[in-house]
Amino acid sequence: MTLKPSFPRAVWAMLVKDLRLEFHTKEMFSALLIFALLVAVAFSFAFDVAPEGLREVFPGMIWVAFFFAGMLALNRSFASEKQNGCLQALMLGPFDRSAIYFAKVIGNLLVMLASEVVLTPLFFIFFDMRLDGSIWLLAAIWLLATFGFIAVGTLLSALAAQARASEILLPIIVFPVITPVVMAAVKSTAGLLLGARLVDYAIWLKLLVAYDLIFLAVPFILFEYLLEV
Amino acid sequence: MSQAAPLIEARHLAKRYGERDVLDDVSFTLHQGQCLALFGPNGAGKSTLLKLVAMLIRPSNGELYLDGRRVGEDQDALRRRIGVLSHQSFVYDALSARENLVFYGQLYGLAQPAERADQLLSQVGLDLFAGDPVRTFSRGMIQRLAIARALLHDPDLLLLDEPYTGLDQKAVAMLDDEVDRAKAAGTTIFLISHDFAEGLRAADRAAILYRGRLRYFSDGPVSPEDFAQTYQGLVG
Repeated sequence: MTLKPSFPRAVWAMLVKDLRLEFHTKEMFSALLIFALLVAVAFSFAFDVAPEGLREVFPGMIWVAFFFAGMLALNRSFASEKQNGCLQALMLGPFDRSAIYFAKVIGNLLVMLASEVVLTPLFFIFFDMRLDGSIWLLAAIWLLATFGFIAVGTLLSALAAQARASEILLPIIVFPVITPVVMAAVKSTAGLLLGARLVDYAIWLKLLVAYDLIFLAVPFILFEYLLEV
Repeated sequence: MSQAAPLIEARHLAKRYGERDVLDDVSFTLHQGQCLALFGPNGAGKSTLLKLVAMLIRPSNGELYLDGRRVGEDQDALRRRIGVLSHQSFVYDALSARENLVFYGQLYGLAQPAERADQLLSQVGLDLFAGDPVRTFSRGMIQRLAIARALLHDPDLLLLDEPYTGLDQKAVAMLDDEVDRAKAAGTTIFLISHDFAEGLRAADRAAILYRGRLRYFSDGPVSPEDFAQTYQGLVG
């Protein structure tokens, strides 16, 4: 009756389940969107700077808003699995347990990217910003930085999910680890918006790529042990 | 005595959390088709032993063999042969009963998860509620769905952790039927219970775990009355 479920098949089944849960509850998407919008509105009133100065602070503002909003989403990431012991049920499944991690990463990434697609134009409108550089380069920075944040955040949210006060614990353990992503995201966005040559901020893009690759590999080794903590 | 390798063979299993020995030097064997009922007071280590057999946690010491294969080697294939029914339901409240079973069917690589889900929903009497979200279910209905989930992939080894907790009489009868059906099909059953009559009903082996050590292991079926005396003598 049974077939050997391949790793991709297990990832796909869990991803579809997570997206279906998100479709039913809309917990992550709505929290992320509303929080980031509120931050955008608050920042637009709070900062009264000249357009030249705004170009320098805008990258920091947008990424702080995205990462803080993303933290809300990450906090919900394993909430459905804690309910009724579902995480144990996934751990009983006949596949490498890192499949659980990769399904969560893809799901979280899709939710966060979808909200960024809505939020990014709104941030540009609120702050009266113009993009003179390549939109594809902007998209690449968004993708690399968001993936780095989600990859680390999902790994650590699996760890925090085992703790009692996981909502408080998660930001405390995530932010120190994603500092390189925050710096690289802000610096490369600033480089693009200020019209710098690609070669001048390419080092930050390379850092993002390296960071993403490391956190693509680490869970294969670590994730199973994290679940047993 | 069966010549085949035991389905479960525990050799000097121990589990320690910090300074606390939850399990200490637990050894036993269970062959294909046998049903073991494990009893013990709260905190004796019963659920920890079940988690070790389910490969949810690793032993601090000792070795565990499932069907002759040492746990730790090719665990994915071994896990496919295990079904677990816990006092937690393992189902998602926001999904319907059918969505839950289809999802788990896909995880276990069933060829036709939707058909198997419908078959089991009918078997446990939930076919009329298949499309309803689990959050609208009563405790008894959730436990029926949990039973269906545990049996979904036809496991060779069924681990039942206090499965009768919170069930009404109708649900108890249904669970009894499913246990009997699984036993008749040759499924090995490892059951944890506090209720001697329910736990020993289908069991052909009984054991007592007390303070992390296996104090008693019967070679055959035991009557609840005899077992109660033994339990009283060992645990008090």
